[in-house]
Amino acid sequence: MLQVITFWILASVTVLSAFFVVAARNPVRSVLWLILAFFSAAGLFVLLGAEFLAMLLIVVYVGAVAVLFLFVVMMLDVDFTELKQGFLSYLPFGALVSIVLATELIIVGNAWTEANVVAPAGASATPEGVSNVEALGMLLYDDYAYFFQAAGLVLLVAMIGAIVLTLRHKPHIKRQNIAEQVGRDRKTAVTMQDVKSGEGLGE
Amino acid sequence: METMDPISFWNLPVSVEWTLVALAQILAFMIVLLISLAFLLLMDRKVWASVQMRKGPNVVGAFGLLQSFADFLKFVFKEIVVPAGADRTLFLIAPLITFVLAFIGWAVVPVAPGWVIADLNVGILYLFAISSLGVYGIIIGGWASNSKYPFLGALRSAAQMVSYEVSIGFIIVTVLLFAGSMNLSVIVEQQAGGFWNWNMLALHTLPVPMFLVMIPMTAIFFISALAETNRPPFDLPEAESELVAGYQVEYSSTPYLLFMIGEYLNIVLMCAMTTILFFGGWHAPFEFLSFLPPFFWFAAKVIFFFFMFAMVKALVPRYRYDQLMRLGWKIFLPTSLGAVVLVGAYVAYSGAAS
Repeated sequence: MLQVITFWILASVTVLSAFFVVAARNPVRSVLWLILAFFSAAGLFVLLGAEFLAMLLIVVYVGAVAVLFLFVVMMLDVDFTELKQGFLSYLPFGALVSIVLATELIIVGNAWTEANVVAPAGASATPEGVSNVEALGMLLYDDYAYFFQAAGLVLLVAMIGAIVLTLRHKPHIKRQNIAEQVGRDRKTAVTMQDVKSGEGLGE
Repeated sequence: METMDPISFWNLPVSVEWTLVALAQILAFMIVLLISLAFLLLMDRKVWASVQMRKGPNVVGAFGLLQSFADFLKFVFKEIVVPAGADRTLFLIAPLITFVLAFIGWAVVPVAPGWVIADLNVGILYLFAISSLGVYGIIIGGWASNSKYPFLGALRSAAQMVSYEVSIGFIIVTVLLFAGSMNLSVIVEQQAGGFWNWNMLALHTLPVPMFLVMIPMTAIFFISALAETNRPPFDLPEAESELVAGYQVEYSSTPYLLFMIGEYLNIVLMCAMTTILFFGGWHAPFEFLSFLPPFFWFAAKVIFFFFMFAMVKALVPRYRYDQLMRLGWKIFLPTSLGAVVLVGAYVAYSGAAS
């Protein structure tokens, strides 16, 4: 009973905050609503018994990704009231997409129950007698180790690509070489000059 | 969540007994935390004063012992000023976020055997998640102030905290590999038996010299904790010589007080994390000293690390922002990543993993 109540509270908060992500006037507030949506989704994971996934969702999405979102959105200087002028003209297309998504979800849900996967067993997060983290670890590092490695490689390639695309060596920028700076001593740093009065160094 | 029988005269689907006990535990923990925080704050100020050869607060109460309470009253009775053009709701929510997050992190901290509000299986991840959320109070507060210095402070703090979380995460993984569990009580239990078993030294791994890895990891964790809590020498989000007071410029009265309490609670939480992860939590350094209660040892270690935090603030000059980023990404990240590989190799090949 309590679980059902908790589920409905968390689920409705998720859906409501997801709605406000789109509806909020201010983009910063949109991101904050998104964070609330992530949070209640993490709560749903806990309810399923997948507490490790819930923590990961918070660490990765709320703790890092959404911070960067917020970082970027806060620095944007766009007139959003103007940008939202033609907002309603996207309504038919948006409705179409959401209808397609809803249909797919319903079909999948029906197929799932049809295949006699009873909900509790099908939805159980971990096998018997194994903790959450162990179950995930066995899946990722034992059963699907090669796929995991491949996914890591794909991410590595993407990261290197992003760095290569944005890296510019600007020749005129002064850079700090810490080792050189620390390695300076009196001999290399100071030179004694004899300056004749009234002439300067001639530079 | 143990007893869920629908009971009692209210006929609620919750156990009233469990709720009351949990509430009482939480309330007691919070009160103890707040009162000890008042004296830790005083200690902080006394330490800086001693370093600078001043006396520090010494007027309110004997030796200034009641100074924090006087400050508390002063803050509470002041007027709350919300700047014009500020986002009113977010402006007032931001300090609350910092304050609440600082408290809920403590829910999983075991201060003595069995003395913990929620003994989560993923306790350390929970702590990591909560400490990574701490950035929101600052960034929202800085943005909602609708002012330039707070905004710059907020941006700095966002970049800084995200950067140092990465190395903190890897260092936590090294400890997890030794303990084989994410439960904080298990991590502490695994370091029982004397200071040579603490993760800082990890001498139980001899003849494999893992202390060569773990001592630097302890130091890096401590430095990253300074950066994560915006403490000097990494207090760039509130660097007074550049940004006046950073994200706190527009705050006054109780909202400012909430920010300050939250910040200090986070610092104490980081001290507690250092204690639990590397210094054996509630265990005495020698077996024959364990006639003192476990809570004493835990508190003593936390206070010691708080003293270290205060000394760092008193002694070390502030970093420049590019130096801070360089330290985080180019030095700490590769070092801690390498440490994860080394510890992982040790655990895999020594048969320490069950």
